[in-house]
Amino acid sequence: MTRPILEVDALERRFDVSAPWLNRVLERKPRRTLRAVDGVDFDIMPGQTLALVGESGCGKSTIAKLVTGLHAPSGGKIRFNGDPEKMQMIFQDPFASLNPRWRVGRIVAEPLRTLHPETPDAQVTARVEELLRTVGLSGADAAKFPHEFSGGQRQRISIARALAGEPEFLVCDEPTSALDVSVQAQVLNLMKKLQREMGLTYLFISHDLSVVRHMADVIAVMYLGRIVEIQPTGDLFANPLHPYTRMLLDTIPDLESPKRDRAPMGGEVPSPVSPPSGCSFHPRCPLAFDRCKRERPQREVHVHDRRVACFAAAEDRQESAHV
Amino acid sequence: MTDTVLDVRNLRVEFPTRRGVLTAVDDISLTIGKGEILGVVGESGAGKSMTGMAILGLLEPPGRIASGEIRLSGDRIDTLTEHQMQSVRGRRIGAIFQDPLTSLNPLFKVGDQLVETIRLHSTLTRTQARTRALDLMREVGIPAVEERIDNYPHQFSGGMRQRIVIALALCAEPELIIADEPTTALDVSIQAQITALLKRLCRDRGTAVMLVTHDMGVIAETADRVAVMYAGRLAELGNVEDVVRRPQHPYTAGLMGSIPSLRKDMHELQMIPGSMPRLGAIPSGCAFNPRCPQAGPKCRRDIPRSDGPGAACWLALTGETA
Ligand SMILES: Nc1ncnc2c1ncn2[C@@H]1O[C@H](COP(=O)(O)OP(=O)(O)OP(=O)(O)O)[C@@H](O)[C@H]1O
Ligand SMILES: Nc1ncnc2c1ncn2[C@@H]1O[C@H](COP(=O)(O)OP(=O)(O)OP(=O)(O)O)[C@@H](O)[C@H]1O
Ligand code: SF4
Ligand code: SF4
Ligand SMILES: [Mg+2]
Ligand SMILES: [Mg+2]
Repeated sequence: MTRPILEVDALERRFDVSAPWLNRVLERKPRRTLRAVDGVDFDIMPGQTLALVGESGCGKSTIAKLVTGLHAPSGGKIRFNGDPEKMQMIFQDPFASLNPRWRVGRIVAEPLRTLHPETPDAQVTARVEELLRTVGLSGADAAKFPHEFSGGQRQRISIARALAGEPEFLVCDEPTSALDVSVQAQVLNLMKKLQREMGLTYLFISHDLSVVRHMADVIAVMYLGRIVEIQPTGDLFANPLHPYTRMLLDTIPDLESPKRDRAPMGGEVPSPVSPPSGCSFHPRCPLAFDRCKRERPQREVHVHDRRVACFAAAEDRQESAHV
Repeated sequence: MTDTVLDVRNLRVEFPTRRGVLTAVDDISLTIGKGEILGVVGESGAGKSMTGMAILGLLEPPGRIASGEIRLSGDRIDTLTEHQMQSVRGRRIGAIFQDPLTSLNPLFKVGDQLVETIRLHSTLTRTQARTRALDLMREVGIPAVEERIDNYPHQFSGGMRQRIVIALALCAEPELIIADEPTTALDVSIQAQITALLKRLCRDRGTAVMLVTHDMGVIAETADRVAVMYAGRLAELGNVEDVVRRPQHPYTAGLMGSIPSLRKDMHELQMIPGSMPRLGAIPSGCAFNPRCPQAGPKCRRDIPRSDGPGAACWLALTGETA
């Protein structure tokens, strides 16, 4: 059996969001802690794509930053069984992440020069041109500046730069969220092609379930800093186990069978500074019962093989009772 | 048609620049009826917001309406003075933008902002206006209105703020609401609540709604008819089911194919090669011709135009592109 390339175990990240010290003392306010990531477990197998989905603020980007070392964990472990040098990240905003004063050639060459400082210039230039062609740009584009490109082309430049570091593992945080759908299609097709050809592993973050369905082998659904459900993509869509996942699937607009007369579920995601007791989804959950307010459900081996954290799923209570 | 609320004919919006005149909206004609939601979709830079801003009379100079006519329930509004237009905007057209904070003053309680707006457009007393504000807040689905009415905008979540903006837009009972990406910054569950709210208001009050968005899914679930824009022009106009299921314009078809499905496994997404041209570099003939798999000589020569429903495409109009 192959070993996962990334193992994440009971990962936590807390942020201190207290008022400034003086205000706290004067106004007698307590310290406030925000649990952005609150006990998260998952593994990723080499060559696969694991997607994190969930609504704004559920902790997706914080996990990306923990995995890439931009944040230190407050608890738990991250084990990367690959070469740490070969992990790269692609961000949401392709413009902010490209230095506007550098020519594209220099931007793409940078990780290469860091990795192999001895490489002769001619070889760097040749490799940069090759990378630009790999992502569907032309070698001549190396001489241009980022502002001369469209959003989709800029995201291709970010991908070329990430590839220059010879990655085996890519963390992609909303790589197409700022792009138009036709341009998104170009970038997603490119990412899949590169994965097939180079055996890349992706940690892929998105709030868009249709994008995630297209890209991921395994999907982890997050709510308020926790993974509430994790399943292979086909199973998640065929048989969603968590009430929150079902709510998401019911609310996303569906081009193929528009739900024109639906009554959307009420409520909003509560503040992560003071999450609800027990199961943090209980105020919005149609299946909630007493236990949900007191205890926090865990993903357990005997409940759908650790795929869901929900007491109703454990007892096989059905949503149909309410619909 | 007495039920036509908005009637836009041959609208053209230009930006004079040092390097020549840019045409951001090029010969757009559309109508919206009472109680109807018209979706306006298209990629970034297609001219969706410019169309909305031109109708609202909010184009920033040097942007200007170069030609065309805009009528609201029969009254010409594109020729009004700024002063007259201000009153039309308050009373007869409501606006909802992507960022609710552009419509709310952070320094005032939301209740006071609602009361002010209501009194501007009616003869109600303060107390009556406050009662009406509470009703409106209830109508747009804000819980515990008695407590929330004296909160400031920052004390609300993004979704709740957008509800307040909708309440604000409703104060004067406008005939038309222009909503420009009203749910783009919101989470899916909140997005569904806001679009359901818009639909309900449109149905109950007979308000005409122009819903500008780049999200085809939102259009499919919300709009009655849809206008697809490309490079400042109307590519296709029609009933939402027709456009989504049987797109006539090659651009619309490509757009639909590039959206990942929630139901089908797709090995590869359909791609439209290239990207939408910048305003200064719109090709001659059909603006889509360099990216179109069906383009022929005619497409490079003459601009296809469609008056009314259908696709502005030579293939759809004449069956050939030679
Ligand atoms: N540096 C920080 N200091 C304080 N709070 C933070 C910090 N970074 C993130 N948070 C908070 O942690 C929570 C998770 O944030 P994160 O950015 O990981 O969410 P996300 O799932 O990526 O959301 P989005 O979809 O909006 O990008 C949020 O409540 C956020 O406000
Ligand atoms: N002040 C200006 N001067 C020149 N061109 C402008 C100006 N403002 C906007 N434009 C151009 O007008 C065109 C139409 O812009 P518009 O904002 O209507 O696009 P949109 O369809 O709303 O796009 P998005 O989805 O990004 O909001 C764009 O190409 C834009 O660059
Ligand atoms: S544990 Fe209870 S409240 Fe939480 S999702 Fe399951 S049924 Fe709902
Ligand atoms: S007019 Fe010609 S180029 Fe334009 S969309 Fe139709 S077939 Fe394609
Ligand atoms: Mg994020
Ligand atoms: Mg816009």
